[in-house]
Amino acid sequence: MIMFLQNAIRCSATFMFGCLGEIITEKSGHLNLGIPGIMCGGVAGGCLSVSLYMGAIPDPAHPSYILLLLVGILGAIIAGAFLGGIYAFLTVSLKCNQNITGLALTTFGAGFTEVIMKSLEASGGRQHFSVAATYIAKPLPFAESLGWFGELFLSYGMLVYLAIALAVVTGIVLKKTRTGLHLRAVGENPAAADAVGIKVDAYKYGAILTGSSIAALGGFFYVMDFVQGLYNSYQPVEAVGWLAIALVIFTLWRPSLSILGSMLFGALYTVSNFIPISSQVANALISFVPYVATVIVLLSVSIMGSKNVQPPASLGLNYFREDR
Amino acid sequence: MENQFALELKNITKTFGKTIANKNVNLSIKRGEILSLLGENGSGKTTLMNMISGIYYPDEGQIFINGEEVKISSPEDAFNYKIGMIHQHFKLVDIFSAAENIVLGVRDGNKFSIKDVNSRVEAIANKYGFNIDVKKKIYDMSVSEKQTVEIIKVLYRGADILILDEPTAVLTPQEITKLFDVLRKMREDGKSIIIITHKLNEVMEISDRVSILRKGEYIGTVNTSETSENELTEMMVGKKVELKITRTQTDFDRPLLEVRNLSVKGDDGSKKVNDVNFYIRGGEILGVAGVAGCGQKELCEAIAGLRKVEDGLIMHKGESIIGKPANEIIEMGISMSFIPEDRLGMGLAPNFSITDNMMLKTFRESKKFTVDSEKLKEQPKWKAFLLKSWCAVKNVAYKPFVDRKAARKRATELIKRLEIVTPSTETPIRRLSGGNVQKVLVGREIESNPNVIVTAYPVRGLDINSSYVIYDMLNDEKKKGTGILFIGEDLDVMMALCDKIMVLCHGKNMGIVHASKATKEDLGLMMTGALDLSEKNKKEYGKAKDSNLTDEQWIQKEKEESALKEGRNDG
Repeated sequence: MIMFLQNAIRCSATFMFGCLGEIITEKSGHLNLGIPGIMCGGVAGGCLSVSLYMGAIPDPAHPSYILLLLVGILGAIIAGAFLGGIYAFLTVSLKCNQNITGLALTTFGAGFTEVIMKSLEASGGRQHFSVAATYIAKPLPFAESLGWFGELFLSYGMLVYLAIALAVVTGIVLKKTRTGLHLRAVGENPAAADAVGIKVDAYKYGAILTGSSIAALGGFFYVMDFVQGLYNSYQPVEAVGWLAIALVIFTLWRPSLSILGSMLFGALYTVSNFIPISSQVANALISFVPYVATVIVLLSVSIMGSKNVQPPASLGLNYFREDR
Repeated sequence: MENQFALELKNITKTFGKTIANKNVNLSIKRGEILSLLGENGSGKTTLMNMISGIYYPDEGQIFINGEEVKISSPEDAFNYKIGMIHQHFKLVDIFSAAENIVLGVRDGNKFSIKDVNSRVEAIANKYGFNIDVKKKIYDMSVSEKQTVEIIKVLYRGADILILDEPTAVLTPQEITKLFDVLRKMREDGKSIIIITHKLNEVMEISDRVSILRKGEYIGTVNTSETSENELTEMMVGKKVELKITRTQTDFDRPLLEVRNLSVKGDDGSKKVNDVNFYIRGGEILGVAGVAGCGQKELCEAIAGLRKVEDGLIMHKGESIIGKPANEIIEMGISMSFIPEDRLGMGLAPNFSITDNMMLKTFRESKKFTVDSEKLKEQPKWKAFLLKSWCAVKNVAYKPFVDRKAARKRATELIKRLEIVTPSTETPIRRLSGGNVQKVLVGREIESNPNVIVTAYPVRGLDINSSYVIYDMLNDEKKKGTGILFIGEDLDVMMALCDKIMVLCHGKNMGIVHASKATKEDLGLMMTGALDLSEKNKKEYGKAKDSNLTDEQWIQKEKEESALKEGRNDG
């Protein structure tokens, strides 16, 4: 049981990064369907930088924990911000259709990652990944000495705690600070925000870049922690990305709820490994439970019709200043 | 104090492409003064104010604040010069509370705390006598409350010069009185207030001086105490305008629309129209007075076939229209135009051009081909037959296509007749000013040549000249023998224009009076429900002496209708 919960929580971090990234983006009124591609991009950026770092140090079997983590995170963030920057430029500055831009970005991100990963393989840059993964996924100290408590709460890599911390911080920023208020105003009614002198485009760029960077960490985490460096199995990241977008609706655009929602999705996602059914059909059935759950939440949200749990009012609509 | 003017504009010119919005405009306002800016729709008032608030930048001219020349190139600049604008269409975030909206965009260096904001907002509200619940969400607010939030929003930023763009257009008389009290308190506090309005009586009541624009040009400024409504109108329109609405005398025809015991439910399921009886004759204007939201909208929609009738009869020339789809009701000659509070919400598609909007109503008509019969006679028989057949074939072939040319022609005629200001017939109507959009809607309804017109608030927010054009149009229709149901706001107008006035209070008919015999006081009492004339002669209002149906037929119809209703309920 503890094993299952552990796995669910570990898995949830991927969802959490993706979901948080999309929440921040959507709060600015932009529906970024490129999140799956951006998460793939995080895989590419993270793996490339880890590979470069491992190749540059004299003793690749014993890298520095801090440096390795920082280099990996930085690589993923740069890749995420790059892809997010493309999306932001196309939708904010050039006012392209958000859905189409996002979908194109997902295709582009997946392909771009494939190229990087293939070339890493060809150049032999992947040989240190399993070493790097043991460092990145290193549990907190005392995890083993504290019995079930340690196993359940302390046995994860740093990135899991980073995800939870980011969710809490995002929640506070959105709710309590002036920046959060302004960002929400931009996503709800950009004309109103513009009229009171808020720099609408700057907020949109900021939210999209921040969101994309956070989402990219999800991809990096998946490869380096969840599947422990088996970079070949990075493809599910794209599917997780789609689930993360669904999760945004599931959590009613609330970062705090995204922690719980991600854990639920993590459990549903990994549960098939723990249920002793050999039937492929049954496995497939279980794997679409998260989607069904999202549809149910979506339905109940629209039936309840409360204005407090609706998506940002101008989500998906580009803002033209001249249209008054 | 060396300079008494808080704000001065000198020779301001602004053009949009070929259109001149403002030409050499001069304007000045003192501290502690209320200035009215008067002008017809499209005379450049809003453009001028947008230049002061930093949304547009003038092509030529200078702006002085407290005697110093300034450049205002963004809304932020305007805030820094303590200028605040309250837009006609509110710019508020619906899911935020009043306080959150007010503090939005303020960077005063204070630590952000919504509690502090709440108390500061309350302090401002108390100072000027606003009623406001700072924690209430915007989506729960009435129009008047939203306006209060907008005004406090600019005061919170320390504005000394306030610009209000048509603040009274959507308010009830009581709310207007309250607003004016607040404005006077602000004037005492030394604020300068520019108010844009069309209503001359309000101009006379609230302002110290009046500046007039006409077609983008500055006409002049007069002291309110030294002028009259007639003089102002003349300056505004450029010619003498008779400020009297004429009630055209016609010979009334038989009743066109007879309504008995009508009950209709609103969106929230409550009874919005409750047991209402009335009839409209051809060549008659029946006014409907009442406080906003007293069932006017539901009544209109029930007649137009857009809302389910709970109980009662609506008879058009002796034929029941209940349960008929809207397009059949339109074909019977009943037209409905409803101008909602936001003016754009109903009946027109904002991204469509005038032509497209005309076609929304006439899309069923396609191009018709006919052969000149004179010409046919000259032709040999076989050729005539061929020509006729070809014509028939063309008629069938063109059936799936709409007749754009005819619609464009109608649009051109409408633009000319109502003096609609628009670059072309193909401009999306969302680019037109509010008043012009309204002319398109009302004009289209009259254009379709109906025999019953239901029109709600057709002059809402319109300037004087356009209002009179609409009144004239209605009177012309009346002469043709059309029956008109006129749902209005302004009692003075209704008493002058209508033949009879029905007063609704919470969906109940409080009585129908002859407009020539009614007094404003009585109508006011009836609107609030204090006076109920219907007690005395209940049900008589729906009974015309020369009804299209005999009493027996009415009873018969009632039975049929209730049987039909039961059938519908069972099904």
